[in-house]
Amino acid sequence: MRMFFVLSRLAWRYLWRNHRRTIVMLSAIAVGTWAMIFMTALTRGMVDQMIVDGISVIPGHVQIHDPEYLDDPSVNNRVAFSDTEIAARFSDAGFTAWASRVRVPAVVTSERESRGVTLLGIDPAAEKSFSFVDYDNVDGRFLEGPDDKGIVLGAKLAETLETRVGKRVVLMSQDPDNEIADRGFRVVGLFHAEMEATEESYTFVGKHTAQNMLRIGDTVTEVVFLGDDYRDVEPVYNKVVGLVDDSVRVSRWTEVDTYLGTMMGMMDGFMLIWVIVIFLALSFGLVNTLVMAVFERIREIGLMLALGMKPSSILGQILIESMMLLAVGLVIGDFLAWATIKPLESGIDISVVAKGMEMFGAASVLYPNLDINDVILSNVVVMILGFFASLSPAWRASRYEPVEAITKV
Amino acid sequence: MNIVLRLAWRNLWRHARRTWLTIGAMVFSNTLLVFMISLQFGMYGLMIDNTLQVFSGHMQIQAPGYKDDQKMRQVVPKVRPLAAHLRQELGTDLVSARGWAFGLASSEERSYGIGIYGVEPEFEARVSNIPGLIAQGRYLEKEDASEIVIGETLARNLRIGVGDELTLLGSGVDGSFAAAVVNVVGIFNSGVREIDRNIAEMPLGTFQEVFYMNGAGHQVVILAPDLDQAQALQQRVEAMLPADDGLVVHGWDALQPGLRQAIQADMSSAFFMYGILVILVAFSVLNTQLMSVLERTHEFGIVMALGLRPGRLGRLVMLETAMMGFIGLLLGALCGALFTTWFTVNGFSYPGMEEMVANFNLPGRVYPRATLLTMFAGPLVVFVFTLAAATYPALRLHRLHPVEAMRTN
Repeated sequence: MRMFFVLSRLAWRYLWRNHRRTIVMLSAIAVGTWAMIFMTALTRGMVDQMIVDGISVIPGHVQIHDPEYLDDPSVNNRVAFSDTEIAARFSDAGFTAWASRVRVPAVVTSERESRGVTLLGIDPAAEKSFSFVDYDNVDGRFLEGPDDKGIVLGAKLAETLETRVGKRVVLMSQDPDNEIADRGFRVVGLFHAEMEATEESYTFVGKHTAQNMLRIGDTVTEVVFLGDDYRDVEPVYNKVVGLVDDSVRVSRWTEVDTYLGTMMGMMDGFMLIWVIVIFLALSFGLVNTLVMAVFERIREIGLMLALGMKPSSILGQILIESMMLLAVGLVIGDFLAWATIKPLESGIDISVVAKGMEMFGAASVLYPNLDINDVILSNVVVMILGFFASLSPAWRASRYEPVEAITKV
Repeated sequence: MNIVLRLAWRNLWRHARRTWLTIGAMVFSNTLLVFMISLQFGMYGLMIDNTLQVFSGHMQIQAPGYKDDQKMRQVVPKVRPLAAHLRQELGTDLVSARGWAFGLASSEERSYGIGIYGVEPEFEARVSNIPGLIAQGRYLEKEDASEIVIGETLARNLRIGVGDELTLLGSGVDGSFAAAVVNVVGIFNSGVREIDRNIAEMPLGTFQEVFYMNGAGHQVVILAPDLDQAQALQQRVEAMLPADDGLVVHGWDALQPGLRQAIQADMSSAFFMYGILVILVAFSVLNTQLMSVLERTHEFGIVMALGLRPGRLGRLVMLETAMMGFIGLLLGALCGALFTTWFTVNGFSYPGMEEMVANFNLPGRVYPRATLLTMFAGPLVVFVFTLAAATYPALRLHRLHPVEAMRTN
């Protein structure tokens, strides 16, 4: 232990002997670390936002459907048991939130235009915690109950249809016998969403109204559940699986929207690759610095060895030197990253490329997300890889033949 | 060989390991840059081609406002004569007229809302690659036949195949009820989910009849021989339009604003990463050259005392750096080229990429596009930054006093 302190002190002093070199290397490490964390925070923020927005459009972390429904979202593929039975099964099971709904493709027609939409027949009270619609940010009003006779459209859709609150539209879909099922609705509200595509494709009506229109009695096409954290839906998933039989399919959100599911996995992969790439770019400089540091004190090393210092201590001293260099650089870099990300946390406006971001499925305001796990991961990876990169120069230094080393000019 | 060149070359190899490590940093970054940039431009090219050639063309003539609202009554009157006129005037076949309507398509078992295009069967294949993507059956043939081709996903969802009948319901240009029964003669597979699920094409003549178009359509699609000529062609087309119709010509970036912005967004994050790599290399070079200058202080003192001007010494240092940078540039471009070429032949893919890039109409495997520009742009920037990094050590020489310098050891 005492040896360690002695070596550490030595290492620290050696580090500052050639302060210019150390400062240049520190700057490199700091910039590298800053870039690692900054970039990761931006990307993490974007992906998180995408997932949060995305999940809010396919609401529900865990969902129950008919096994055929995801491939063929038709009214013919309804959940096998009735809505009453669903309520009986799940009401008292202790879920954070759950809802059952009717979700089918439909066509909405105004006097002027027609468009294809996704019809959502919902119970607004049960959906409150799921919905991507902020009930308070609706022109007009939102649905009041499952029996509401009105329809709520996206603001953008209403514009295309040239309709507005108070006017009537016709909704067309098919019933289980493939007869056209249609019904007139009065537009009671227009909702606003982050992305135009959302406003264009979703329309809300009362669940019972939808069931009547589609002539499907007391049945629904999906049941959805909310967990506490979208990253970890297993507890909810297992609980739901335990409550149903094989007649329905239980899916996690990552299976319902494979794009988002993939994005989340990719994010972690990207993060690691980025950290490693930066480290590799840094490693050349790091090894170089150590090689130089060793080279310019070969004679001293030889002298120490001749005086009886063990080769392992030389090895240790150089490794400590390298670790110190990295650690100081990392701390500065971490601080820089924190200092640059904090002021940006209220959001970066990138609406100049909003349409493009929409192709990624992302919104036009970017909220960097400084995740402590990302910071720890990048720091740890750099330290570990840095240790291995330093082994070779340190090893060489400890293997010098004392006599040769001392006489070296 | 010039004496200065020889001197610089020898100085470079005094510390071969250090020089190679510094060059290594350059080669690493250059290889990565060449590969990433080639991949990026390969992807962008593919994104643009796939998106534009599938459907939207390089430019379209439309009624004002149609691009944003896509309303039935925003028509291009006498659309077929207009297209014929343009074909004649421009001396090209890459012009085709289209109509678009939204409708409910019903088979025996299912109904879905889809976008129905009326196209000119003889010319559509010139502007869009959908006619070439027929997987079953054939493409449309006659101008006024009751035929339709649909996407593969739509066919699956509707549960129909070639030879089956499809009922279309929608509203005509005047808002009146429009209906038709057509035969499915072909099924296409574009590989783009949205298109395969939502789109059908029928002959323009039939389309005009069914939707009471009265000879009108919604767009004239024009394809330039390649993307670079699109701009010039657009100006010619604009000049050719009859002034009193008030029609407008939209270029591809207006038709697909998301495309350009997605590319911009992707580019800016990519350039951030490239910038960081370049800066890290620059630090590495700065460190090396600073060391190499500092350790030669004694030597420099002597030659300066002998009458050598600091400026010449500075040029020597710059020359050494340039030599080192040049080796890095050549090796880096070479490694990058080899690396990239391998992927140009075999394609580049990673797990999950298919879901990721489907949003951008990209296949699950992309082929980087290696050109002289992608091969040397990155390495040249690295080279310039390498030289810039060496200016500090080179300029320091001006502050050197011969006598003091000779005393340092």
